[in-house]
Amino acid sequence: MSSSNQTHSESGASPFEFLLQMGDNCLILAHRNSQWCGHGPALEEDIAIANISLDLIGQTQLWLGLAGEVEGAGRSADDLAYLRDAFDFRNLLLVERPNGDFGLTLMRQFLFDAWHLPMLKGLQQSTDQRVAEIAEKSVREVAYHLERSSDLIVRLGDGSEQSHQRMQSALDELWSYTGEMLDFDDLSPTLVSQGMVPQAQGIAEAFNQHVSETLQQATLTQPASEFVRRGGKTGIHSEHLGYVLAEMQFLQRAYPGATW
Amino acid sequence: MNTSTKHDGPSATHKAPVATRDKPSADVVRGWLQEVPDPEIPVISVVDLGIIRHIEWQADTLVVHVTPTYSGCPATAEINADIETRLRREGIDKIRLQRQLSPAWRTAWISDEGRAKLLDYGISPPVEGTGACGLGRPETTVCCPRCRSIDTENVSQFGSTPCKAAYRCNACLEPFDYFKCI
Ligand SMILES: [Zn+2]
Repeated sequence: MSSSNQTHSESGASPFEFLLQMGDNCLILAHRNSQWCGHGPALEEDIAIANISLDLIGQTQLWLGLAGEVEGAGRSADDLAYLRDAFDFRNLLLVERPNGDFGLTLMRQFLFDAWHLPMLKGLQQSTDQRVAEIAEKSVREVAYHLERSSDLIVRLGDGSEQSHQRMQSALDELWSYTGEMLDFDDLSPTLVSQGMVPQAQGIAEAFNQHVSETLQQATLTQPASEFVRRGGKTGIHSEHLGYVLAEMQFLQRAYPGATW
Repeated sequence: MNTSTKHDGPSATHKAPVATRDKPSADVVRGWLQEVPDPEIPVISVVDLGIIRHIEWQADTLVVHVTPTYSGCPATAEINADIETRLRREGIDKIRLQRQLSPAWRTAWISDEGRAKLLDYGISPPVEGTGACGLGRPETTVCCPRCRSIDTENVSQFGSTPCKAAYRCNACLEPFDYFKCI
């Protein structure tokens, strides 16, 4: 990582690192979802998940493009996506979780979307105009993502005995990864105090309200445990991210500078 | 694409370079761009789609402000190349395509003509005011482009591209794409 960020490292994530968080979440989740392409349980779902990946990759280009601009070291969105190692990625642990069955993939998407939408709504008010513009562009797309994932959580949760059981076990498996989204303690406090990033509390409230209402409708039980797994936002990842990057970055690593 | 003789290589000297003649007005340029089709839905033009936000001259450079439809739309690069090709055909060689993110593109900017062409092509045009709020399945009345019945149902919120949803007509049983409101 560039030394230009070192001044921020003691007091929390810099604006550059925050932009990486936003972009890396989109990138890693998009890559995970793209692994379903051609393997979806139904044609419509296969297409939907690929199109959601496409939205997220578009958003990645915007966030990482701005990150590169803010860093000022001449790195493009592509450089940041393809030429960083795992410890320089800032995505949530949630999005690097393996796909599992389709229920787990959907639950991961739902939990992420339920955070992503209020987060983008908050960022539309960012004092950094460039951040506000990317949020404004993304928020309409993400509203469709949450609409789809919420709908499917309800239909499968309140579906057959098997689908209910799979959705409940997906929720139980992923719940401890949601806490990392809901506070901004890792960020330099000035990011929030100066209004680049919204207050975490409002986003956590919107997340909790939407999730608990949807789970109730889906007849799923919200886990009681408050244990939170963290690390992704500060670059401490699970072993799974390395495999994602090995696949995603292979071409650029093997054939540096290759283009279409 | 219209294959006129205008771009038949170096012998096409019948057009003076733009600097020595009047700079075409924004309306004239818009008229040219009205002939540039969307690569994915070729019946509608980039102007019909509402992505050409502003056309202006900055000194001797023609600047066209283009807004992306969906942020991940793979046609974006192709659209820019098509716009540039069309303008070069008119003898304009100093062109800058400016990406404009805000205000974000919305389907309300699709022209009435564009909507009619979509329906004719088999894609049900967006019903304005029905954009996703993120809360569950929408109840939008969508018209079947084949038989015009409104007895239709949403099969999936994502169709063949991110901008479309998959629908089925209960009257004529035909599946079709609906251009989502955004
Ligand atoms: Zn019909």
